[in-house]
Amino acid sequence: MNGLSQQYGIVAEFTNAASVLHAAEKVRDAGFRKWDVFTPFPVHGMDRAMGLRNSKVGWFAFIGGVTGYTTGMLMIWYMNTFDYPIVIGGKPLFSPFSAFPPSYELTILFGAFGSLFGMLFLNRLPRLHHPLLKNKRFSLVTHDRFFVVIECTDPKYSENETRKLLENLGSRHIEVVEE
Amino acid sequence: MAAGTTSIKPTQVVVPETPAELQRVPLVGNLRSFGWISNRVASLCEDKAPVWWWILFIPSALCLGMLLFMLSYQISTGVGVWGNRHPVMWAWDIVNFVWWIGIGHAGTLISAILFLLRQRWRTGVNRAAEAMTIFAVMCAGIYPAMHVGRVWYDWWLFPIPNANSIWPQFRSPLMWDVFAVSTYFTVSVLFWYMGLVPDLAVMRDRAKTRLRQFFYGLFALGWTGSNRHWSNYEKAYLILAGLSTPLVLSVHSIVSLDFSVSQLPGWHTTIFPPYFVAGAVFSGFGMVLTLLIPLRSIFKLEDLITMRHIDLMCKVTLATGSIVGYAYSMEFFIAWYSGNPNEQFHFLNRALGPYQWAWIPMVTCNVLVPQLFWFRAIRHNLFIVFIMSILVNVGMWFERFVIIVIGLHRDFLPSNWNYYHPTWVDIGTYVGTFGLFFTMFLLFIRFLPMIAISEVKGVTPQSDPHHPLGGAKVKEHTAQ
Repeated sequence: MNGLSQQYGIVAEFTNAASVLHAAEKVRDAGFRKWDVFTPFPVHGMDRAMGLRNSKVGWFAFIGGVTGYTTGMLMIWYMNTFDYPIVIGGKPLFSPFSAFPPSYELTILFGAFGSLFGMLFLNRLPRLHHPLLKNKRFSLVTHDRFFVVIECTDPKYSENETRKLLENLGSRHIEVVEE
Repeated sequence: MAAGTTSIKPTQVVVPETPAELQRVPLVGNLRSFGWISNRVASLCEDKAPVWWWILFIPSALCLGMLLFMLSYQISTGVGVWGNRHPVMWAWDIVNFVWWIGIGHAGTLISAILFLLRQRWRTGVNRAAEAMTIFAVMCAGIYPAMHVGRVWYDWWLFPIPNANSIWPQFRSPLMWDVFAVSTYFTVSVLFWYMGLVPDLAVMRDRAKTRLRQFFYGLFALGWTGSNRHWSNYEKAYLILAGLSTPLVLSVHSIVSLDFSVSQLPGWHTTIFPPYFVAGAVFSGFGMVLTLLIPLRSIFKLEDLITMRHIDLMCKVTLATGSIVGYAYSMEFFIAWYSGNPNEQFHFLNRALGPYQWAWIPMVTCNVLVPQLFWFRAIRHNLFIVFIMSILVNVGMWFERFVIIVIGLHRDFLPSNWNYYHPTWVDIGTYVGTFGLFFTMFLLFIRFLPMIAISEVKGVTPQSDPHHPLGGAKVKEHTAQ
C-alpha cells in the first residue's frame, strides 16, 4: 500500500437478512448520511430500515407515458389530416378512436423507456468502475453475503468508532476499502 | 467461489410449526441455500457444453440456415413462391405470424401479470419464459415483413418521411399492428434485460476468464446490489410490469383487429380480442411447458422448478383452454342466432367443409385435451403433460389455419371459391423459424442464467428478515 491511495469506506459483512436489517436501522439512527447496504436480492423492509424515501422512478415513467401518448396523437393528426390528407373509405381524416391504438402503444413504449432509463439515471448506472467491485470479499454480495458500507467522506465517520459500531452490530468481518 | 452449504439445516434454528391447513409446498425445494441457487443456475452456463446441447444445436442451426435460404429465394423470386392464391391471399404467412406471436404471450403474462398478482412462483420460470417471448416474436416478425413482397419497402410501414411525401395510413388496423408488435418486442427486451442485470452481476463476480469478466461485467452495468439501487430497481420493475400488462393484452387484441375490422364472415366478430388473448396465453403456456419439462430434468432443476410450478402452469392452460372452448361454441351460437346466412354458411363450412381435417384437430387439441388437466394425476405425470403441451400448440396452429384459410377460401361469390395448398417454400420457411427459435433458445441457456437467480433467492424463507431462517429471533412460545 502506498501513501497515495485513499480510503473509500469501511465494509462490514453480515451473514443473514435479519442481522443486516437491524444493522441498517442502527446505522440510520446513528445519523450517517453516506452509507449503503448491499444485498444479493432486495431485502423486504430494507428501504424503511435505511430511511429511504419512495423512489422517483415513477415520475420518469409518467412523463414518458404522457410524451408517448401526445406524440402518437399529434403525429397521426399531422400526417393524416394536415400534411397529406387522403380520404379513405369515407372515414374521417382524424378520429381519436382510430388514432388511439398506436398512441396507446407509444404511451407504453415511452413509459417503459422512462422507467428503465430513469432507474439507470437515478442509480448513476452504468458505472463499470467502482471501488467496491475491486474488493475480492465484496464479490460475495451477489452470492450469499450482506454488506453495510459507510463511506469515509461521511461527516460522522471515524475509523475506530465506526468499526466498533459495526462490530457491536454483529459483523464478523470488517475491512477498509481503498479508493 | 465459497463452497458454503447446499441446504440450510433447519435444526440450527427453531422454526415454529405452521398449522397444517396453512402449510404450502415451498417454492424452492429442500431448503436450498443462497449459494446453492447461484452455483446451480450459474454452473449451467459455466460448465462445458453437454453433448445433448450440440445434438440439438447443430440441427437447429442448419434449420436456421434453411430459413435464410427460403427467405432469400422468396425475396429474389417473389411472393408467388408461396401458395397464397386468390382468394386465399393470407395463408401460412399470417397463420405462422399469429401462431408465433401468440406463443410469446405466456412469457409476458408470467413476467408481468403474475408479478402484479403477487404470484411468487413466477420467479422460477419467468426468465426462460421471457426469453421464449422474445425469440417467438422474432420468428413472428419475419412474416409480416416478408409477406408484403417487396421487403425493401418495409420501412414505409414506419412514420419516416419518404420521397413520395405520403405517410402511413393510421385508420388501418394493420398500422396499429406495426406499432403493437414493435412496441411489444422492444418492451419485452427491456423487461428481460432489466431482470437480467443483477444476474449478470452474479455471473461477473464468478467469472474465471477475462472474456467472461469483460462481457458479463459490461452488460451488468456495474451492478453492486446496493439497496439504494434496489429501491429504484424494484420500483422500475413494478412500473414495467404495470406497463407490460396492458401491452400484452393489447397486442393480441390488435392482431385480432386485423381480422375483425374486415367484413368477412367468421372474421367480423366482437369476440375476437378476448378470444385471441386467451388463445395466445394458452399456446404460450403450452410452449413454456414443452421447453421447461425436459430442461428441468436434464439440468436437475427440480428444486427450483418444482412440481408445484408445473401444476400451476397446467391449471393456467386449463383455464385459458376452457375460455377458448367457450369462444368456439359462442361463435357457433352467434352464427345461428344472428340469422345471417353468410355467417351460418361459414361456420357449417368450417365443421363440415373441405377443411374438416383442420377443424377436428383444432377442437380436439384446444378444447378436449386440456380438460384432462382437471385431474391431479395427469398434472403430475410429466410425460403426459409434455405430450399435451405439444398438442396444445398443434391445436393452436390449426386454429389460426381454420380462421384464416377457411375464412378466405369460400367468400360471398361461389365463382371465387378455391382450395389452398402450401408450397415447399411455405413449409421450409415454417420449419426454418423453428431453427431460429431453437438456435436462439439454446444459445440463451448456454450463456445466460435461465433462472432468475436473485429473484429466486428473494422467495426463499431465509431471505425474509422476519422469518426464523432469515435470522429473526423467535419469541418463546408460552403454553396457554
